[in-house]
Amino acid sequence: MTTVAEPQTARETAFVDNDRHPVGHGRMLRKEDPRFVRGRGHYLDDVQLPGMLHLAILRSPLAHAKITAIDITAAQAHPRVKLVVTGAMLAEKNLAWMPTLSNDVQAVLATDKVRFQGQEVAFVVAEDRYAARDALELIDVTYEELRPVIDARHALDPDAPVIRDDLKDKKDNHIFDWETGDKDATEKVFAAADVVVTQDMVYPRVHPAPMETCGAVADYDPIDGKLTLWSTTQAPHAHRTLYAIVAGLPEHKIRVISPDIGGGFGNKVPIYPGYVCAIVGSLLTGKPVKWMEDRSENLTSTSFARDYVMHGEIAATKDGKILAIRTHVLADHGAFNGQAAPVKYPAGFFGVFCGSYDLEAAYAHQTAVYTNKAPGGVAYACSFRITEAVYLVERMVDCLAFELGMDPVELRRKNLLRPEQFPYTTKTGWVFDSGNYQATLDEALRIAGYDELRREQAAKRERGELMGIGVSTFTEAVGAGPRKDMDILGLGMNDGCELRIHPTGKATVRLSVQTQGQGHETTFAQIVGEELGIPPADIEVVHGDTDQTPFGLGTYGSRSTPVSGAAAALVARKIRDKARIIASGMLEVSVADLEWDKGSFQVAGDPGKAVTIQQIAMRAHGAGDLPQGLEGGLDAEVCYNPSNLTYPNGAYICVVDVDPGTGKVTVRRFIAVDDCGTRINPMIIEGQVHGGLADGIGMALMEMISFDEDGNCLSGSLMDYLLPTALEVPAFETGFTVTPSPHHPIGAKGVGESATVGSPPAVVNAVIDALRPFGVRHVDMPLTPSRVWEAMQGTVQPPI
Amino acid sequence: MQVPAPFEYERATSVDGAIGLLERLGDTAKLVAGGHSLLPMMKLRLANFEYLIDINDLHGELGYITFTADEVRIGAMTRHREIAESAELATVFPIFADAEQVIADPVVRNRGTIGGSLCQADPAEDLSAVCTTLGASCVIRGSGGERVVPMAEFHRGPYETAVGPTEMLTEVRFPIRPHAGSAYEKVERRAGDWAVAAAGAAVWLDSEPRGSRGGTDSEYDGQDVVLADARVGLAAVGPNTVEIPSISAALRGQTPSEELYARAGELAAQSCNPVTDPRGSADYKRHLADELTRRALRRAVQRATDQVRS
Ligand SMILES: Cc1cc2nc3c(=O)[nH]c(=O)nc-3n(C[C@H](O)[C@H](O)[C@H](O)COP(=O)(O)OP(=O)(O)OC[C@H]3O[C@@H](n4cnc5c(N)ncnc54)[C@H](O)[C@@H]3O)c2cc1C
Repeated sequence: MTTVAEPQTARETAFVDNDRHPVGHGRMLRKEDPRFVRGRGHYLDDVQLPGMLHLAILRSPLAHAKITAIDITAAQAHPRVKLVVTGAMLAEKNLAWMPTLSNDVQAVLATDKVRFQGQEVAFVVAEDRYAARDALELIDVTYEELRPVIDARHALDPDAPVIRDDLKDKKDNHIFDWETGDKDATEKVFAAADVVVTQDMVYPRVHPAPMETCGAVADYDPIDGKLTLWSTTQAPHAHRTLYAIVAGLPEHKIRVISPDIGGGFGNKVPIYPGYVCAIVGSLLTGKPVKWMEDRSENLTSTSFARDYVMHGEIAATKDGKILAIRTHVLADHGAFNGQAAPVKYPAGFFGVFCGSYDLEAAYAHQTAVYTNKAPGGVAYACSFRITEAVYLVERMVDCLAFELGMDPVELRRKNLLRPEQFPYTTKTGWVFDSGNYQATLDEALRIAGYDELRREQAAKRERGELMGIGVSTFTEAVGAGPRKDMDILGLGMNDGCELRIHPTGKATVRLSVQTQGQGHETTFAQIVGEELGIPPADIEVVHGDTDQTPFGLGTYGSRSTPVSGAAAALVARKIRDKARIIASGMLEVSVADLEWDKGSFQVAGDPGKAVTIQQIAMRAHGAGDLPQGLEGGLDAEVCYNPSNLTYPNGAYICVVDVDPGTGKVTVRRFIAVDDCGTRINPMIIEGQVHGGLADGIGMALMEMISFDEDGNCLSGSLMDYLLPTALEVPAFETGFTVTPSPHHPIGAKGVGESATVGSPPAVVNAVIDALRPFGVRHVDMPLTPSRVWEAMQGTVQPPI
Repeated sequence: MQVPAPFEYERATSVDGAIGLLERLGDTAKLVAGGHSLLPMMKLRLANFEYLIDINDLHGELGYITFTADEVRIGAMTRHREIAESAELATVFPIFADAEQVIADPVVRNRGTIGGSLCQADPAEDLSAVCTTLGASCVIRGSGGERVVPMAEFHRGPYETAVGPTEMLTEVRFPIRPHAGSAYEKVERRAGDWAVAAAGAAVWLDSEPRGSRGGTDSEYDGQDVVLADARVGLAAVGPNTVEIPSISAALRGQTPSEELYARAGELAAQSCNPVTDPRGSADYKRHLADELTRRALRRAVQRATDQVRS
């Protein structure tokens, strides 16, 4: 069932005013914002402890080199330096290497070789940040340069240097091969198809670049043996367990605190060597140790995203029925395979590359390789590689429209899944839970005034002006995930939620997921508020502290609402069930005679006889007997295991103008219609969409981590790695349809990454549409003025 | 947080005092004006100095824009923002307002100075390109007195200037000639980014329009206009911002037309020397030199004509 809502319904706008104390779902200002807008947030670098020391990391200037000697004596002699540690010293403690999220290993500090520019080589702990940094200059490392592998397309060349000679018997740079779908069936469909279009495309390496860089404060108490670690993590519980397993520290003696986080976007999912160094620093000095990465370190050494070289093929009938999609992907994972994804999914959720379309067959094959570049992968609001998959399919559909001479909207409409096909199993085995793709597209076309835009474009083309309209109709897959299929390093991807109703009817809800700007303190209070009739203002949301919250895997992949949101609703319902029994005692009727009216139980047929949830809470904690068999208190806990992912979808339309003389692209309009199921706080949803659209426009037009042939990173500052500003993005036009998820307790699907996933192909499709007069069918991102102009000249090359 | 290497800090309270400090401390010292070019390099540890001599207290002495009948003088400590907001300057040389609108962001413009811009000698510096276009001259002062160096001799290569280690730039002078128009065109990848390429143009119309000698009321109605002089300056397409004398030669005495702008653009493309970098390919930058030269000239002529007519 889909509701196509009128934008800004009366119900939504009514809640904008917080003074009216909205209860439950609706438009409401974020509870956390007063502290942020007043500069009172408490970020990692705000953590100050008595006697705290500061840590700085020496990084490799070279992409690939043998370390032949390290001399630390001068650094040790610096009067303010307390500790200098090298890889060899860590190796003595068996700490030089740590596991990555993909069951590879990564050097905490290099012992044998450096494998990318920016790799951690040694660290210094000093009395202040300046001294620590100065002492790095006193460490003398002798390197013997090795030939680097920078271009993934040559990583498997027979004469390519072997990067990972630390791995036993490793003789090449191959990491894995992976495939999905039915190869033979797909081949048959391709062989018989009227039309086959192929296109090579590169999704360049980009970086999440959160405004707050990564950091940690480790505080080991030698007396009680407890380690407290403040760190910029999106997954405090998972990190704690991994520290316990890796470092052999007892898990109950580790407390991970994730304070306010200045943006994550996946960048703060992995455990970085710096965190481990801070822990080692504190263990060895017995003092709290702070490590706070600088901007260049963040851009050059922490988790990047994408870096996919894709070959796409699409088969169709001549009248535009899409039959099959096939792709081969070469994935650059950098020097260590640090991809963050459920272990059974080495290519993440790339398998959803079938998109929103009804296909007869599909097949993908992927090869992943090591290169001498920073490790990681998958970070950056990508729903585990769905960004790449959506880009591939949405570009391939446009390439097909180009060849068929069909309008890209008409082609999509012909092939979109129909509402009655849900639940729909894709040819690669994903079960799409629900959607009404036509309705979502119609709404986007309506807001855009699509036909009028096409008329305007035709008139402009006559005059030699370049205007383009790009469309993307994408499906996301979020909310990882069902325990039977999904775990990260053996940890099941379910999440807990604890709810405590205090005697006066106020509540505390404790989450396993951690906000980095998504507004959890508001959304989760609204979810609980909706179920119990308690105003969100009366509900405190506690998160980001392993000592205070139940276990769960954290916030990334848009999983908080699909997983923890479900847990929050269910735990509230558990409380409501108990409250009903207490109410039956208070009102002296049978539970069957009670009706719930958002906040109170009343006797059926006699609304005058009622008790509120607050009265029930007092009774639960107060004097007097409770109905037989009932314990006192009003607390509950659940751990939610999703039965499936949720599948939000969207229809995006981008309108661009291209300066024919300079190739400069201006995004004039961006229309984003999202269907994320039940909308808990539409204002927060819009905020998430706005941010994601800016991200997507940035990637499409300007972002790229680039390297020279020696492996020097050319994007180590925000002067070189460009992020979009308000001047590059238009006033966004958002809309929505609502198709609730049938298996989620409140029908919510998650929306954190939809816009980042869905917008890059819309922008690229628009620019290529503008370049129609030049016969251009594809140009790789980033669509800088230079690259667009080269596309007009027919000289543009892939960006790597 | 990126932290620079240790350095000592001195604060100059007069131009002579600053020069005295430079003489005393030698080349271990560096002046800091707005700091928006110098400090990022120090924080990245690409540059380290034992002493920084802060000259921001000289804003009173060196922060000014003055006008005489035949000259504009801008003090070296005049901030981007002051240049951007000077209505009088925008009337005399609208190229300044064009350029300032596309230099960095408000935070940088609040602090960055024209002196720092010129002394940084970055090939992509917009104000350097403006000064080149307008045929500015630079006043350099040392303990021995002042000397005046034309823009063409001021930049000696990327990040190198005619200012000696114990001297400082105090003022930039711009000759005023009648019937002038000027404009600046820049392509950047993102607002606030350095130029992929940029072009400035300044034109001066003949005091008497050709077709109307003898005086009609249709003076300066486009076809009649004659260029007494024209100058084009380019940024980011060579080791320094450059003027293209061949363009001036080709344009002088001509009636402006699209063909003439095309000729000028062609000359710009031929005379520049761009390199491929992440901002764009050499071919593209060469193309921009052409395209932006035409656009800047077109706008400069339009402005000159409008001004003369009004
Ligand atoms: C984010 C950012 C974006 C920017 N974008 C642009 C842009 O798009 N276009 C552009 O043109 N510029 C740009 N800039 C540079 C900006 O305009 C700088 O402020 C300017 O180049 C330098 O001026 P300053 O006063 O800050 O110089 P400083 O950084 O203080 O000094 C620069 C150099 O000049 C020397 N110096 C300064 N004053 C004198 C003097 N009076 N005599 C002798 N030597 C002196 C210093 O010793 C130093 O070597 C950008 C800067 C930043 C930080």
